[in-house]
Order: sequence, then C-alpha cells, then structure tokens
Amino acid sequence: MALLVLAMVVQRNLFSVVVLFGIYSFLMATVLVALDAVDVAMTEAAVGAGISTVLFLAALYLTRGDETRPLHRTWSALLVSIGVGGALVYGTLGLPAFSDPAAPIHTHVVPRYINDGPKETGVPNVVTAVLASYRGFDTLGETTVVFTAGIGVIALLRRRRRKEGDR
Amino acid sequence: MRDFFVLRVIAKLLIPFMLLFALYVEFHGDFGPGGGFQAGVMVAAAIIFYALIFGLPAARMLVPDALVESLIALGVLLYAGVGVAGMLLGGNFLDYFVLMSDPVAGQHRGIFLVELGVLITVSSVMLKIFYVFAGRGRDAIE
Repeated sequence: MALLVLAMVVQRNLFSVVVLFGIYSFLMATVLVALDAVDVAMTEAAVGAGISTVLFLAALYLTRGDETRPLHRTWSALLVSIGVGGALVYGTLGLPAFSDPAAPIHTHVVPRYINDGPKETGVPNVVTAVLASYRGFDTLGETTVVFTAGIGVIALLRRRRRKEGDR
Repeated sequence: MRDFFVLRVIAKLLIPFMLLFALYVEFHGDFGPGGGFQAGVMVAAAIIFYALIFGLPAARMLVPDALVESLIALGVLLYAGVGVAGMLLGGNFLDYFVLMSDPVAGQHRGIFLVELGVLITVSSVMLKIFYVFAGRGRDAIE
C-alpha cells in the first residue's frame, strides 16, 4: 500500500492515478476485513473503489489527463505533512493496544450493546442495531449530510446549465 | 461504448444480479453485514454501470432526473417520518418501541424503515452526482 501511495505521488498521468486509487481502496477493504469490520469493508469497496473511481473518471473527462509541472517546489508543504503525520503517529502511541479487552471503549456501552442488543432490538447484527436504533439520531444526521451534499451539487452545477440554455 | 457487443451482453447479465444483491444487502443487513448505505451505493453503481455501457441518455430515460431529485428528499423524509411517527404514537423522537404492539417487532420495523430511507437517499444522491458530472461536459460540447 505504501508503494501504491508513492506511485500515486510520482505519477503525472491522472488516469493511472485514478486506477491506482481504486486498487488502494480495494487493498484498504481487505485490511478492514482482516480487522473484522466487514460492514466498513463493504462500504470502502463500494464507495472508494467503485463510485469515487467513476466520479474521478467523469471529472477527468472534463479536464486534461496530465498533471502540469508545479512552477516551484514547495518544501514547506512537505514539512507540514511530515510534521502532522509525525504528530498523529505520536498520538497513536498513547492509545491502548489493539483488541485490548480492558480498553475504555470496550468497557463503557459496548457490553450492553453486545449482551442486550439482540434481545432489545431483535437484530442479530450489532452494527445494524447500533447504527439504526441506539444511534438513530447520528444516522439521521448522516443521511441529512448525504442529502445536503446532493442538494449542494445540484445547486452548484445546475445553475450553469440553465444559463447555457438561456443563451 | 454502445458498439462493444461483449460489454453489452455482460452488462445486461450482471445488472439484475447487482440490483438483487443490493436488495439482499439491504434486507439481510439485520443478520449479516450490510445496510442501507452499502445497498444504496450498490443500486447507484448498477445504474451508473448501465450508464457507462449504454450511454447517459439511456440511463436518464430509465431513471429520470426528476425522479432522482424527488427520491433524494423522500429518503430523508422517510427517516424523519419514522421518528415523528414514534412521537405521534406516544414515544420519543426515533423511538421504535411504540411502532407495533410488541416492542421487539417495533424495533425491527423501525430499523427496516430507517434503513430503507438511507438506501433511497444514498442511491439517488450518488446517481444525481454522477448525472450532473457526466452531463456537464456533454452539455458544454453540444
């Protein structure tokens, strides 16, 4: 995956960048399956590798296929990325070990979801139960965000087309 | 891409199964992995696939813009409507227990309807974004 990212950075042809991005998403989906997050892996494979690749290709159709060479190299951008990345890696050192049963996240509400969730909601898949029932408000918010995104795209791109029709 | 015989046949073979699998992911999401979001993306992907092979005008004829735009709002309305229905039946907003006499069955129905709302909104938003993006270059050329 690291190799893929490097190839994406070096590559100047945007079409191959889009293809590499799709491959990266599929690899990410396999990583998520390995972490037992099947629902997230499904989303990653469908959205990351499927829809966004098509949207990138559609956007590519509107622009030129090659990235132009930058006028001057900005070393400060590289410094900022390395700095932020380093800070994030430093932050992960303070997290509890992966799948540690005593971690705070596993002792708060998770036991209740896992033990009582199937009885209370009649839904064996805990992810669905939490998403749609216990955290119904959050999912309503998410749906509204998707709705807003759609409305935003319509509002931005529709106006232009109507102008062209007027001409 | 309308001239590629193999692609056309394969697309016609695959698209019904893609839609069927999306419905399976949607309605089996209670028991296996999946849910409204994943299924919505799959529905959108199936129609985008159709648009890629048979051309955008054909897809626009199949699923018209007006329908997609109204479905965007319908999904959110369905989701919020389930919440309001819970309030009218004497519970809190998004309380599914009151939707049916048996609380567990009420939960089941509430989750089902809510996931359906997510499916409708997500699939139509994805489709609309694709339509707008793909239609843009075409309109400029014409």
